[in-house]
Amino acid sequence: MTASDFLQITLYFTLLIVLTPVLGGYMYKVFTGEKHLMTFVLGKPEKLIYKLSGIHPDEETNWKTYTWGLLLFNLIGMVFLFVLQIIQAQLPLNPAHLPNVSWHSALNTAISFMTNTNWQGYAGETTLSYLVQMLGLTVQNFVSAATGIAVLLALVRGLSRKSASTLGNFWTDLTRSTLYVLLPMSIVFAVILAGEGVIQNFHPYQAVHTLQGTEQVIPMGPAASQIAIKQLGTNGGGFFNTNSAHPFENPTPLTNFLEMLAILLIPAALTYTYGKMVGSLRQGWTIFMVMLILLISGLAIALYGEYSANPIFSQSHLMEGKETRFGITNSVLWSTVTTAASNGSVNAMHDSLSPLAGMVALINMLLGEVIFGGVGAGLYGMMVFVILTVFIAGLMVGRTPELLGKKIGAFEVQMAIIANLSTSLVILVFTAWASVSSYGLSSLNNTGAHGFSEILYAYTSAAGNNGSAFAGLNANTLFYNLTLSFSLLVGRFGVIIPMLAIAGSMARKNITPESAGTFRTDNWVFGGLLIAVILIVGGLTYFPALSLGPVVEHLLMIK
Amino acid sequence: MKTQFIISIKIFAVLTVLCGVIYPLLITGIAQTVFPEKANGSLITVNNKIIGSELIGQKFDSVSYFQSRPSAVDYNPLPSGGSNFGPTSEKLKEQTSERVKQWIKSNLGISAEKIPAEMLFASGSGLDPHISPEAALLQVDRITKARTLSSEQKQQLVDLIGVVTEQPQFSFLGEARVNVLMLNLALDKQFKNN
Repeated sequence: MTASDFLQITLYFTLLIVLTPVLGGYMYKVFTGEKHLMTFVLGKPEKLIYKLSGIHPDEETNWKTYTWGLLLFNLIGMVFLFVLQIIQAQLPLNPAHLPNVSWHSALNTAISFMTNTNWQGYAGETTLSYLVQMLGLTVQNFVSAATGIAVLLALVRGLSRKSASTLGNFWTDLTRSTLYVLLPMSIVFAVILAGEGVIQNFHPYQAVHTLQGTEQVIPMGPAASQIAIKQLGTNGGGFFNTNSAHPFENPTPLTNFLEMLAILLIPAALTYTYGKMVGSLRQGWTIFMVMLILLISGLAIALYGEYSANPIFSQSHLMEGKETRFGITNSVLWSTVTTAASNGSVNAMHDSLSPLAGMVALINMLLGEVIFGGVGAGLYGMMVFVILTVFIAGLMVGRTPELLGKKIGAFEVQMAIIANLSTSLVILVFTAWASVSSYGLSSLNNTGAHGFSEILYAYTSAAGNNGSAFAGLNANTLFYNLTLSFSLLVGRFGVIIPMLAIAGSMARKNITPESAGTFRTDNWVFGGLLIAVILIVGGLTYFPALSLGPVVEHLLMIK
Repeated sequence: MKTQFIISIKIFAVLTVLCGVIYPLLITGIAQTVFPEKANGSLITVNNKIIGSELIGQKFDSVSYFQSRPSAVDYNPLPSGGSNFGPTSEKLKEQTSERVKQWIKSNLGISAEKIPAEMLFASGSGLDPHISPEAALLQVDRITKARTLSSEQKQQLVDLIGVVTEQPQFSFLGEARVNVLMLNLALDKQFKNN
C-alpha cells in the first residue's frame, strides 16, 4: 500500500465522523418536527402530500396500527413493481424492446427492492425498461429506505417515552424521511454524478462501429437519478449488471469516493439522531464507536488478505474483477463498507476477492448488518444486540436489566431472540439445502470450497437484506428466485415486526431514575461487552459454515 | 385497517409520482442542460460518425494498437460482466497462463513478472476503458515495429502516452491510468501514414 492509499482511507473516515453530527442533527430536527432550513422550501409540498393522501400528520398511533400501515404500504409497492415488470413490453419507455420478465424473476426483484435489499438475479441493461427502472425501482429505493428510518423512529420513541401508548405516525415518518432527507440529498448527489459522466437520458441504445472495426451497442438510460438514491438509501441495486464497476455507473475516482461515502452517511448520522432523541449524545456515540471499531477491524483483515500474494498465481496481487481506475485499495474499502452497511452495491466482483476479503464481506453480513447497517435497519438491528447485551450483563452481575431507565423483561428478550434467530435459520437451512440438491449445485460457477461460499453468500446477502453477490452463482432460476425471495422477507419483516413489538411494549413502561446501581450503556465497558456479544453470537452461529467455505479456501490457497 | 389500506394506496401513488416521475425528470432536465455530453454517454464522434464512448472500453487486439485488458464479455456491453472466477479457480489459472504466453509472444523481450496485473486479469465490468501507464509503455516497442516508426517517432509515441495519462484525481484519489480508446485515437491521428 502507498501513502495515497492510506490518505484516501483516512479522509474517508474523517469525513464520515465529521458529517455524522451535521446530518444527524438535521435529521433530529426533521423527525421531531422542529423548524429547519428545508421547512421553508418543502413545507408546502409536505402539507400537499398529506392532503392528497388523506393523512392527519399529528395523529399518533399505537404499535399495531403503525405496523399494519407499514406492511400494507410495502405490500402495495411490491405488487405494483411486480406487475410493472411482467407487462413492461406493453408499456412505453422501452426503446430496447425488452420482453416481459418471467414471473419468478419479477417476484424476486419486487420483494428484493421492497425489502431494501436490491439483490439482483437479472442484468439491468438487458432485462428492464427505463420505465421499470425509474417508476418501479427508483421509487422502491426511496420508500424502502424511508421505511427503515420509520421503524427506527418508532423504536426510539418507544425507548424514550414514559408510560405512552403511541409511537408516532408511520405516514408522517415516511413522508418526512423521503421529502426532507432522501430526496434533497439525492438531487444534489445525482447532479454531481451526472457532471462526472454518469448517464441520464432517455435515448435508445447507441450502436457504434468501434475503432478496430467491431460492432458495439452501448446501453443508455436515466441512471444518475437512480444511482444517487441507490447509494444513499443503502439499497445497492445497480442500473447496470455490474453495478458500480460499470464505467457509466461509477466513471471516476471522485464518483467512487462519493458513492462510498454515501453508503455510510445516513446510517452513521442516525446514531447521532438516536443519541439526541433519547437525550444523551453519549448513547449515540457509544454505538457509533462500536460500529466503527468493527468496520475498521474488518477492513484491516480484508486489505491484508487482498494485498498478500496468492501463491497460485505468480502475480503480487490479483486484478481479476477489479477496475484499473479504482485499484486494490478502493475495491477492498468498497467491498467492506458495502457489506457492513446493507448496501450491497459493488465496484469490484466479490466472487474474485481473496478468501479473506471475501470472508470479511460475509462476516459483515452474517453479524446481522449492524455495522452501520441499512438506513434505519442497521441501528434497529444493533438494538437487538444492545438488548441482549444488557440482558446478559444483567444476568452476570445480578441486576435487573435496564436500557435507558426502562426495565427489559422476558417479552423484549424473546422478541430480540426471534429477530436474531429468524435470519440465522433461513441462511443455514437454505444453504444446506442448496448444497446437497442438484438444482442448487447446477448454478455454480466455481467448485469446491469456493462454490460453497457462493451459495452461503447468496442466502446471507438475501437474509441480511444486503444484495451484493458472489455473482458467479446463477441465481435467476426458479429454485433460487423463490428460496431467496423467502429469505428476503424473513430477513426484513422477521426483524421489523419483533422490533416494533418491543417498541410498543417499551413505550408503555415507566422510566426509573438513574442511580448508582444503574448499569450504564454509554461507556467503553458497555461498548466492549456489546462487541463481544455481537462476535460471540455471530461466531457461534456461523463458524461451522464459514470454516467450510472461505477458511478452507484460504488454507488450500496458501498450502 | 381499511383506512390504513386506503391511505397506503394514495400515498404510494403520490410518492411514485414524486420519486419516480418528477425526480428523474428533474435530474434529466438539469443534466441535459448543464452537461449534455456527459449525460448522453460521453460519446466520441470522428468524421461525423459515433465511434464509441470515452467511458466504455473497446476491444483492441491488433498488434498496431495499444491493447486493452482481457474482458469476460469481450467488450460487449449487453450485458456487462466479470468472470466471477474465485482466487483458487483452475479455469482462471489456465486463462492467465495463456495470456502470459500471448503477451510474451507479441511483446518480445518482456518477462512474465514484468507484465502488469491488469493485463492478465479481466475487469469487473468487462468494459474497463483503462490500463495502467506501465502497461501502455510496455507496448511501445511492439507498436513501433508494427507501424515501422523511426526512433524519433518512437519517442513521440512515449510522449503521447504521457499526454493521455490521467493522474489520480486531485493527485491522490484512485490510480493513474490511460484511456486505451483515447490513446489509440491519438495514435491514429499522429501516425496517419504508418
